[in-house]
Amino acid sequence: MMTQGMFENYFLPGVWVTVQVTLFSAALAAVVALIVGTLRASRLWIVRFLSGVYFELFRGTSALILMFWLVFAVPLMFRWQFAPMYAGVLALGLTYGAYGSEVVRGALAAVPVAQREAGVALGFTRFQRLRRIELPQAWPEMVPPFNNLLIELLKGTALVSTIMVADMTYAGNLVRIGSNESAPVYTLLLVLYFVMAFVLTRGMRVLERHAKAGVGQAPPRGGLWSRLALRESAGEGSGALTAGGAAR
Amino acid sequence: MNWDWEVVDDFMPRFWDGLALTLQALVLGSLIAFALGLVWAMAQRSDLRAIRWPVTAFTEFVRNTPLLVQLFFLFYVVPEWGPSMSPLTTGIIGLGLHYSTYTAEVYRAGIGGVPQGQWEAATALNLPRVRTWTAVILPQAIRRVVPALGNYVIAMLKDSPMIAVIGALEMFGEAEGFSNETFTTEAYTIVGVAFIVIAYPASLLIRLLERRLVLTS
Repeated sequence: MMTQGMFENYFLPGVWVTVQVTLFSAALAAVVALIVGTLRASRLWIVRFLSGVYFELFRGTSALILMFWLVFAVPLMFRWQFAPMYAGVLALGLTYGAYGSEVVRGALAAVPVAQREAGVALGFTRFQRLRRIELPQAWPEMVPPFNNLLIELLKGTALVSTIMVADMTYAGNLVRIGSNESAPVYTLLLVLYFVMAFVLTRGMRVLERHAKAGVGQAPPRGGLWSRLALRESAGEGSGALTAGGAAR
Repeated sequence: MNWDWEVVDDFMPRFWDGLALTLQALVLGSLIAFALGLVWAMAQRSDLRAIRWPVTAFTEFVRNTPLLVQLFFLFYVVPEWGPSMSPLTTGIIGLGLHYSTYTAEVYRAGIGGVPQGQWEAATALNLPRVRTWTAVILPQAIRRVVPALGNYVIAMLKDSPMIAVIGALEMFGEAEGFSNETFTTEAYTIVGVAFIVIAYPASLLIRLLERRLVLTS
């Protein structure tokens, strides 16, 4: 079994690192998604093209390889070194930001054209239109797919253990080596990740309720024990993970 | 910028070995995911609560926990009371099992999309249960979920480097080994590019497929 020392010295700090990596990379991914997603609907073809290239590039790579590349190849190639944790956050943020940009693009495209035209008629600038009219209406559409991506991101944070960031999974491996027993620690790990995913989903449900109420839509159905993420979106939201929901 | 083409040349033979293993894992993993996902999806529609509930709980749990930790679990914990498997076999089973919980959702959506009238017609024609599924529901359901399944094959491709962590030397594992032996880093870049080169045309292909299936159905 895991001794108390192992638990306090390895495992608990590992849980905290996992939480940190999740929050930081989620914040980075949200910013990237918003910017790239907006740019992909730009009027200038070159902006659309470049943001599209960004999307395809980061959607095509594996986050694990990107992490290794940032940690091992970038220092040699460009004489620039990251702390492992920030390399992990950067890799996850850029990858999931690319997935998220597809969500943002889709949600913005789903805002009725009349809304945009009304903004033009009232003399709003492009930025005002985006901030005051389009984003507030697109936001409730974005929350459920963002929830799915957030769960994927949480699962993705386990990858940082491979680049020597002492997260939960890394601590789990240390405990396995130290105690020579694998069943308890890996079961505990899986349960902990599941609990985190559950908490995140509940939080996002609250957010969705708020967002929908803000634009006068009915709140989502389902109580506390309704399914976790990825449930309602098997058809479309999860498509954003790979083929970009082309037939939206 | 440091870049040495000779290192690239040295790495290439191992790259092809790795690519072969990646594709092998991908094909076998996809087959497991497609088959097992259908089993989960049908079990979740079962009339028996004793089947429906555990299957739902299990797929929910597998889908919401990291593949990496599941691989560790399969590799280190399962042999304690079950069969001991090679890294590649473990990796394939891990990928297949993890993605089967995603394909189960895809099938579920596909089955749910079959109009109620089709079920009623099967009942009216007095078709047995097995025939209702195999001759009426599944042919209609699977047709419309093919592109979504393809998406998950690409997602699986991008998750396949994880099996290197338990010692299955696919593309990324070969790159890691090579880089550690030679103190170079070109191999990571090669493999990173290789993933884009495989994944991008594949996603274009799926978009094409999607358009065709939408047009004809």
